[in-house]
Amino acid sequence: MAGLAAAFGSGAMTNSVAGIEDAGSIFVIGSNTTACHPLIARRIYRAKEKGAKLIVADPRKIQLSRFADVAVNQRLGSDVALLNGMMHVIIANGWQDQAYIDERCEDYAELEKVVAGWSPEKAAEITGIDPDKIVMMAELYANNRPSSLLYAMGITQHTTGVDNVKSCCNLALLCGNVGVAGSGVNPLRGQNNVQGACDMGGLPNVMTGYQPVNDPKIIEKFSRAWGRELSAQPGLTITDMIPAMLEGRLKALYVIGENPKLSDPDWNHLSHALEKLDFLVVQELFLSETAQIADVVFAAASSAEKEGTYTNTERRCMKINQAIEPIGKSLPDWQIISRLATAMGYNMNYRDPEEIFDEITSLTPKSYAGMTYERLGIDGLQWPCPDINHPGTPYLHKDQFTRGKGKFHAIEYRDPAELPDQEYPYFLTTGRMFAHFHTGTMTRVSKHLDLEQKTGYIEINPQDAAEVGVRENQVLIVTSRRGEMEVPARITENVPPGTLFLPIHFGENPPNVLTDANAVDPLAKIPEFKVSVVRIKCLQKPAANQ
Amino acid sequence: MDCKFVPSVCPYCGTGCGILLQVVEGKLTGTLPLKSHPVNDGKLCIKGWNMHEHVNSFLRLKQPLIKMFGRFVKADWDETIDFAAERFKEIIAQHGPDSVGILVSAKTTNEENYLGQKFARAVVGTNNVDHCARL
Repeated sequence: MAGLAAAFGSGAMTNSVAGIEDAGSIFVIGSNTTACHPLIARRIYRAKEKGAKLIVADPRKIQLSRFADVAVNQRLGSDVALLNGMMHVIIANGWQDQAYIDERCEDYAELEKVVAGWSPEKAAEITGIDPDKIVMMAELYANNRPSSLLYAMGITQHTTGVDNVKSCCNLALLCGNVGVAGSGVNPLRGQNNVQGACDMGGLPNVMTGYQPVNDPKIIEKFSRAWGRELSAQPGLTITDMIPAMLEGRLKALYVIGENPKLSDPDWNHLSHALEKLDFLVVQELFLSETAQIADVVFAAASSAEKEGTYTNTERRCMKINQAIEPIGKSLPDWQIISRLATAMGYNMNYRDPEEIFDEITSLTPKSYAGMTYERLGIDGLQWPCPDINHPGTPYLHKDQFTRGKGKFHAIEYRDPAELPDQEYPYFLTTGRMFAHFHTGTMTRVSKHLDLEQKTGYIEINPQDAAEVGVRENQVLIVTSRRGEMEVPARITENVPPGTLFLPIHFGENPPNVLTDANAVDPLAKIPEFKVSVVRIKCLQKPAANQ
Repeated sequence: MDCKFVPSVCPYCGTGCGILLQVVEGKLTGTLPLKSHPVNDGKLCIKGWNMHEHVNSFLRLKQPLIKMFGRFVKADWDETIDFAAERFKEIIAQHGPDSVGILVSAKTTNEENYLGQKFARAVVGTNNVDHCARL
């Protein structure tokens, strides 16, 4: 999100889900949309039916690749090289929108200078993509406007995550594809309320609506509203909390509805850090991997048992309603937090979630101020919604960027933290599969979803499988510099030779035993889940000898 | 027979599909797509269609737990809340507010995230609050 905010002034999906249907071309990079966001993928297929061109760039062959006008498999971690190559082609052919660039953007000269050095042939050396295909991608994207660019964690979970996002923004600005219906730079959020958690100030440096904690006026406003002197010192990110635990600076952790033990990088490192805590409280639906090691577990009610709002990936704040009574003696999270705060001497008494929502809107002027439960109705409202008569905003940056001008960033390509070598010759990447969700706590307990996929697995190309002598479902021992795990092999052409894919849902085969907690983007602090290097060995006797 | 449909939003990915929760005799028995919803336009994926199954799982936590001598013991809310509040207060008194971290959640509601960060900032007195957007 840091990359988007730097380029446009707002770190959210610029356009709407429904608007994807109106695109002239759609460029999907680093998103396995049919598996991870199926109902967004449906809009892509509908756009295709209406004649849109589809461009897909993913290290694996994904379902969308089969329907694409051009589909490529870039080498892991080479996105900046690919995007610079595309921009080189666009500028060399004069396909850019010069009027839009002159009028609405800044720092174009710097970009032009850097991408001048990225001929498709040079980009091909790094990405492994045929130069002709790079030219084709550039042509389809530039000449079928409006073009919608969609990405997900395949772009962000890298040490160069912010660079990758900025490069996506560069490409969109270059062709005048921001601030127009059916276009945009559209990050697809992985969790139902990531957007909301960010909007609500669930971040160490900002309050609700991204109001910075180091702004004295903001701190004064919130101090007055909450009746306490607040700290203006930005706090620790999740990535910084781990070393703080190890060094004994962080003594207690209160985890509300997360399972960091399975979702954070480097399992062994994190387990060690959590053990160092004096006090760990986990608030959860299930006894998750993290809850199991807690000192206190609060039983939380599910989304069907409470009222409130979620904000989806397209900034749409929507109401959820209580359908049934909480299971057992579980309580909605808002009641648990209120009771804990009150027991600690800070009076938190809310009649219902609506009263909390009204407090939020009164403190969040630009984005949520115009929303009420009554106005949300069933369809919800898309922020910014600054006043009570505002209809909400289907796409951002219409006449002007939030930051004024759209900013180009000249980005040079950098290698990922690890590249294959003799000792660790294979690339490993991670992701989701269609039937399960995140750490699996919610989906693996579901009978019908469990039927689709019961156990973890690792995808391996037939050529590599033959080399190590592994057959379908035989167990591979996968070793990285961090740790080692055993996992059954799934032999498939979906991954190219030299690359393995491990889904993240299965606690018995946790990918973060292998990934690196220290390889993070310097600015966004996002770990490089998408690229590590490993060596593999077949646990059974090699197939050739059997 | 008592049967109702409650409009809501799917709790899985960030798409935010509109759903109808089907409740029969006070029990959650199914999930249906919300027709004419601006996001999903009457369709759902396999996860959405089965969303009620995790709610009804026998593995759900039904009351708070406190770990004593390495084992979880079932407790009631008053005693668990008081126990946790005392421990947090001790740690804050001894090591300062910045020795506490709070992870809010991309899975809970806006209202709950708001209260989570308000808890960190106003009750504990630290900006050590984050969530798994990066993960």
